[in-house]
Amino acid sequence: MPNAPSETPRLVIKGVSKIYPSVIANDNVDLTIMPGEIRAVLGENGAGKSTLMKIIYGVTHPDKGEILWEGSPVTVQNPAHARELGIGMVFQHFSLFETLTVAQNVALAVPGRLDLAGLSRRIEEISGKYGLPVDPRRLVHALSVGERQRVEIIRCLLQNPRLLILDEPTSVLTPQAVRKLFETLRQLASEGVSILYISHKLDEIQELCHTATVLRNGRVTGHCTPSQETPKTMARLMIGEDLPTFHHGEPEEGREVRLRIDGLSVKSEDPFGVDLEDVSLEVRSGEIVGIAGVSGNGQQELLRAISGEEPVPDKRWIHVCGVPAGRMNASRRRALGMCFVPEERLGRGAVPRLSLTDNVLLTAFRRKMVRFGMIRRKAAKTFADDCIRLFDVKCGGAASEAKSLSGGNLQKFIVGREILQEPKVLVLAQPTWGVDVGAASFIRQQLLCLREKGTAVLVISEELDELFEICDRLVVIAKGRLSPSKATSETGVEEVGVWMSGMWPGAEPAKDEAPHVA
Amino acid sequence: MWLKFEQRPEPSRLMRYLSPLLAVGLMVASGMLLFHLLGKSPAEGFKVFFLNPVQDKYGVAELFLKATPLILCAVGLAVGFRGNIWNIGAEGQLLIGALAGGGLALHFHDTNSMLLLPAMIVAGALGGMFWAAIPAWLRTRFNANEILTSLMLVYIAELIVSWLVHGPWMDPDGFNFPQTRLFQAKATMPILVQGTRVNAGLFIALGALIAGWIFMNRSFMGYQMKVAGQAENAGRYAGFSARRTVWIGMLVGGAMAGIAGVAEISGPVGQITEHISPGYGFAAMIVAFVGRLDPVGIFFSGLLMALLYLGGEQAQQYLALPYSISKVFQGLLLFFLLCSDVFITHRIRWKK
Ligand SMILES: Nc1ncnc2c1ncn2[C@@H]1O[C@H](COP(=O)(O)OP(=O)(O)OP(=O)(O)O)[C@@H](O)[C@H]1O
Ligand SMILES: [Mg+2]
Repeated sequence: MPNAPSETPRLVIKGVSKIYPSVIANDNVDLTIMPGEIRAVLGENGAGKSTLMKIIYGVTHPDKGEILWEGSPVTVQNPAHARELGIGMVFQHFSLFETLTVAQNVALAVPGRLDLAGLSRRIEEISGKYGLPVDPRRLVHALSVGERQRVEIIRCLLQNPRLLILDEPTSVLTPQAVRKLFETLRQLASEGVSILYISHKLDEIQELCHTATVLRNGRVTGHCTPSQETPKTMARLMIGEDLPTFHHGEPEEGREVRLRIDGLSVKSEDPFGVDLEDVSLEVRSGEIVGIAGVSGNGQQELLRAISGEEPVPDKRWIHVCGVPAGRMNASRRRALGMCFVPEERLGRGAVPRLSLTDNVLLTAFRRKMVRFGMIRRKAAKTFADDCIRLFDVKCGGAASEAKSLSGGNLQKFIVGREILQEPKVLVLAQPTWGVDVGAASFIRQQLLCLREKGTAVLVISEELDELFEICDRLVVIAKGRLSPSKATSETGVEEVGVWMSGMWPGAEPAKDEAPHVA
Repeated sequence: MWLKFEQRPEPSRLMRYLSPLLAVGLMVASGMLLFHLLGKSPAEGFKVFFLNPVQDKYGVAELFLKATPLILCAVGLAVGFRGNIWNIGAEGQLLIGALAGGGLALHFHDTNSMLLLPAMIVAGALGGMFWAAIPAWLRTRFNANEILTSLMLVYIAELIVSWLVHGPWMDPDGFNFPQTRLFQAKATMPILVQGTRVNAGLFIALGALIAGWIFMNRSFMGYQMKVAGQAENAGRYAGFSARRTVWIGMLVGGAMAGIAGVAEISGPVGQITEHISPGYGFAAMIVAFVGRLDPVGIFFSGLLMALLYLGGEQAQQYLALPYSISKVFQGLLLFFLLCSDVFITHRIRWKK
């Protein structure tokens, strides 16, 4: 066990507080981590987990408190200083430069002379060793979130850290990739590396972590040994009450097709992107359809085509509520009643430096927020306030900048903004990414309610559990093709898992030998 | 103990507004140093350059007169700059606007209609917009960089002006000077204060400031431009048209510059010459940035820039320094602003 009493702790945090104008993010937090220990930090959205990690990594500075690194007090000046000390961190929001390649991005964090070729070899080595496939020559902007996360993890591992901080590293990894990652982390821990692990997936924490610290409203409210708990008891520790159970209404049959994709084929402009080939799918009013698949198999391209961010050449390829919409941009498709939650929250789903009120305008302006070309800020503010209240978004009010929200809270805000527009068709990518267990079940419940009211819902997610929990039908995307759909009740995780490698009945044999399967 | 330069955990709001003041301070300080190096007394230099121009009513009026075209151009540019549309050709748009308005004045040189001046202003706006539409079209059609195209069009505009005043539009009774005939009274801006040159153009500039403020802060289009400027992907996600952003950003800048051109020829200049603008269109970019792309800020930075122009004239007269000294000050101001802006995201701390 990691806690040999004679050892000096790797890191001790004593009485650390961080106060933001609107909220106390950390309140007198104590935390100790030993060499070789894997410690989970648990807590609801906005509990202060990321803030604490950013303090350790030198991104922000505490207002009070003390940090001991391997026995001696330190003030972590900035991330470079933290890396010098031997602290590595994978951020919840990615910190990669989109216009650079994977190798160039990694090079930025590695001190010393630049040797891209050598670095690329090391990246490939590590990615092979730890089962995190990624091509060092690719440009980051062309990577899916799952792939970006792999890059972040590899970048960290390259520096042989003695303390590794992982802020929700698995939120968009596939089950296989997660298993591989866990093997890696266990191996690292056995080599003496301490690991601070933040996740909202309690079963993962149970499987991986030796110890857990629970934060609520910035304070440490408890400790536990995950192996002696169940996900249920941990959830109770975290949110202070039991999880609500789902109310699954009866699917309403025979309603009209709200979203029809018909023979959609798109050649990706990015040489590393995925071409969509002859994708067809129907989503009817009152049903939830899920698209499962490993990230990087065409989800991004498909989402852009559906949302209108990347209109397609033939207007008949996509029908929204019966209207051929293939060539319309996102705004015109919204006017037809479609809403959309993208996978990136900051910079796409929300403008980081604008207030929540202003971010409401981004997509909800049709709800009487603009008159004679002028903004009716009051209407937008009311909408934002409603969204904050109904979706329990923790923030300093509607005037807070989007980027000041914790990851999960911003996600709740964006999902809320789209749901409150009462869409006829709702398309969501990773709807509960980074959202705590309580809020995730709340969002899923909201989707089920929408379905009962007759909305057609399309969910693209890499979390099979989530898809099986809420979807009526499932399809699988692999290498830019879509499998036939199956009722969720008639299939299982195993079958979908096989389909995810592109082998469903009637599938053409793969043409290229570079599979996008992790 | 030594000084350490490090990134701030968060950009400083205070510095955003302090930085222009810091830049002004540094500009004045290095200006004094410059005077000293040129063998003039810095105190005398400061007085001549910064105080003398505004010591009487006439001087203050001149200040507002000079600020008028600067403010007009800067407000228009700020609208585009906020949306990441980099129109740096306001000087050319100003000239073409002046030609459009001036052409009208020459054509109707014997009319008695009150409508002539308003028509000239409209024509000036259209002329500036036309000149700005070229880079906008090239950008939306061929993805050509508007920074290059709008700048190149400045030189074309200058040559057109030169050709017209040397040729077809030259005053037949003007002893072969390269200039048009003087505009008649109906084609000139009414003077606001007797005994000075400040004219109704100032009201247009103030109106533009107010309209600009409303556009940027209250209109949905201004909001869309802001989104496009801050997060392109969010703009695409929302479905805001990127082309429209380019068109509006360029056309507003062009229209304002064109009006500034008319204000000049129908105001202090009174005719079309080769020297309608002493670089107002370029200086306006500095005005826009020093004013933080905000109409209120632009009002003050416009006055400051006007002072630099007047100070240059004074320095030429009383200190026997070349007029280009005011260009040096402009350059210093921009240079120090860019330097001080680093402190919005960074800071210096003592380190033990
Ligand atoms: N820069 C900031 N300015 C103001 N408030 C902030 C800032 N950063 C974080 N906060 C606030 O501090 C609180 C804690 O945020 P933090 O990001 O640490 O939460 P978290 O536990 O990581 O949540 P999540 O699970 O959603 O990621 C939140 O209420 C958040 O709004
Ligand atoms: Mg967080």
